[in-house]
Amino acid sequence: MDNEAETKSVVLAGVGGQGILLASGIVARAAMQAGYDVKTNEVHGMAQRGGSVVAQIRFGTKVYSPLVPMGTARVLGALEQTEALRYSGYLAKDGLAVVNAQTIVPVTVSMGAARYPENIEALLRNAFPRMIYLDAASKAVELGEIRTANIVLLGALSRGLDLQEAAWREAIASSVKEKFRDLNLKAFDIGRNFK
Amino acid sequence: MKQLMSGNEAIARGAYEAGVTVATGYPGTPSTEILENLSKEKSEVYCEWSPNEKVAFEVSAAASLAGVRSIVTMKHVGLNVAADPLMTLSYLGVVGGFVACVADDPGMHSSQNEQDTRQYARFAKVPIFEPSDSQEARDFMLMAMEVSEKYNTPVILRSTTRVSHSRSLVEIGERISTRREIGLEKNPPRFVPIPVWGRVMRNKVEDRLKLLTGASEASSANRIEWRSRSLGIVTASIAYQYVREVWPEASVLKLGFSYPFPDALIREFALGAQHVLVVEELDDILEQHIKALGISCQGRDYVPGIGELSIDRLLASRAMMDGRVPKVQKPAEFALPDRPPVLCPGCPHRGIFSALGRHDVVVAGDIGCYSLGAFKPLDRMDTVLCMGAGVSMAHGFDKAGDPKKIVGIVGDSTFFHSGITGLLDIAYNKGRSTIIVLDNRTTAMTGHQDNPGTGRTLMGDATPVVSIEAIGRACGIRRVETINPYDLEETQRVISRELEAGEPSLIISRAPCPLRERSRVGEMRKVEAEKCKSCKICLKLACPALEGGAEVPKISEYLCIGCGLCQQVCPAGAITAKGRAGNG
Repeated sequence: MDNEAETKSVVLAGVGGQGILLASGIVARAAMQAGYDVKTNEVHGMAQRGGSVVAQIRFGTKVYSPLVPMGTARVLGALEQTEALRYSGYLAKDGLAVVNAQTIVPVTVSMGAARYPENIEALLRNAFPRMIYLDAASKAVELGEIRTANIVLLGALSRGLDLQEAAWREAIASSVKEKFRDLNLKAFDIGRNFK
Repeated sequence: MKQLMSGNEAIARGAYEAGVTVATGYPGTPSTEILENLSKEKSEVYCEWSPNEKVAFEVSAAASLAGVRSIVTMKHVGLNVAADPLMTLSYLGVVGGFVACVADDPGMHSSQNEQDTRQYARFAKVPIFEPSDSQEARDFMLMAMEVSEKYNTPVILRSTTRVSHSRSLVEIGERISTRREIGLEKNPPRFVPIPVWGRVMRNKVEDRLKLLTGASEASSANRIEWRSRSLGIVTASIAYQYVREVWPEASVLKLGFSYPFPDALIREFALGAQHVLVVEELDDILEQHIKALGISCQGRDYVPGIGELSIDRLLASRAMMDGRVPKVQKPAEFALPDRPPVLCPGCPHRGIFSALGRHDVVVAGDIGCYSLGAFKPLDRMDTVLCMGAGVSMAHGFDKAGDPKKIVGIVGDSTFFHSGITGLLDIAYNKGRSTIIVLDNRTTAMTGHQDNPGTGRTLMGDATPVVSIEAIGRACGIRRVETINPYDLEETQRVISRELEAGEPSLIISRAPCPLRERSRVGEMRKVEAEKCKSCKICLKLACPALEGGAEVPKISEYLCIGCGLCQQVCPAGAITAKGRAGNG
């Protein structure tokens, strides 16, 4: 499939309310800035009420499906650890996983109907040979705004995609309110320069 | 410059460009953002959230008869509610262009069933357009308006979740400004389908269908893409996008104006391709029709008809067709905890479900955020059928003689949508059920739309607030009480009392949705570890802010908005307001 070789896919996962939709909009704009055809997909409605949320972005010279086929994503970005594993099937074998080392306990665990994996970091390292594992939430808190964790993650994720830094910066600048612009650009830099 | 737009934004843009001046609808995922986006143009387009889809449909239909271009928006199940006006507007025909935008939800991401709106097009004998991306969503709206006016017919524009909620690039245009003569023509034989005139209309509908077949055959929305002739695929809507990736070498008949079926085009395509495969999401409408034309084709043998299609599912179809074993990309298995959607932290509905949990009653539920009350551990909703059924089904359980007390639950917007008629039935036919309206002052699940109870219109104007209490009394309910669901003691007392009343009662549980208000309900709570007896009763509230797992539950400072329900259910007095006690 010719198209398959050209179209790049990104999958973002997390929990409703973590800012997945803003992050997916920024990836799409960055790809647009770079001159690509772009499609995205996101989940609304019932799935947003604290449930597991996934957003998908695809770009290339000509994109058909907005949905990412299994095993093809260049990058999987997850704002919550178990969500990284839940959507791991999307990632290509040589793809990059970027995982926020945050735990959000689902209600199923709180009520004792399920267990949160104890060895989550080991599971992640085993599942993702190429992984950036960072505490985006703490970095965001250091910046003074927990809600920029998604942008910190985006910064790290940007390293797995062949898009120019200027495209990312413009995409961020045009996606957030002006008074939060510098803050979000700083958050992006923290993620992009994370060692 | 092209813009990145969701399918719903693009539908709204198309309606704006088409010169629509009246737009109505009822919120429903995945259709809601059409009207929300169009209402940004409120200086040029009158937009309203109507109480339900039937009303919305009739309002826009009348606008069309008065000569203006109009649209109505709804989700697939909404068209069931609006089916009555649809079926007969097909007879009356339209004057100004009229397009019903209906969004299906294959895969049931946010719906109670999976139904194929294309069936309605055939049922009502009206044309249907099916965009496959945002550009087509905008373009097809303009075409649909033209077809509607040219052939005096209502038209359906059918989207699906993946069209409505995917973003892609759109080239937009300017708004068409035409001077229209507005005013209903005095012509009862045209607009009054009493049998003598209705029979005439009935024949006109069939004549119109023949003309429309010619129109669909000539439409640029339907096209043949010739590539390899060994396989020809007939497809429409989002399935087209998957087909292009799974069978990049195949010829494709891409349908955008899919009913009336463009028979001449289908025949031409079938003649040119050695094998014909139909790839359609949900029902096998195209396949059955193509077979009825005497053309040999395959479809359902390989392509699933349940749930939404995807590249992965179609790769499996392709493997089966090619006689290969489908290469199933089995993702690695992890023992992961499920993460279902839950009522938000501080949701006022939680108080009602907690209180109902103390009673062995039958609870007829309804459509809205509170449907989540069916999940464990709240587990306090026994049935959900459709909008308004929480009220009328409660009455049915009561009249069947169910030995348990009967409770019906309905939200405020759902009550206005179709709960009032059920309540009228309960009062009129001397029922005994207890109806609880969960009045959170908004249409929450779909993203906080206004409704007749919020005091504001979609145009942003202040408007009278309807009184649910007064409606209840006017229906003939004598026992009407309003409670604060954050006060568990009051809530429990009133529910217990009303269950024993022996006559119907209406309880209005009133507290605004904190997600909409974006404000705290009260002071943040914390667990005092030394007092906690680890009884886990607080966890039965299923509040995302309460993290269990450890001996002593923890309250998340990011999520807690201080509703205080956990403090009220804690028998050990271990949960307190953070500001007041301890060192928090």
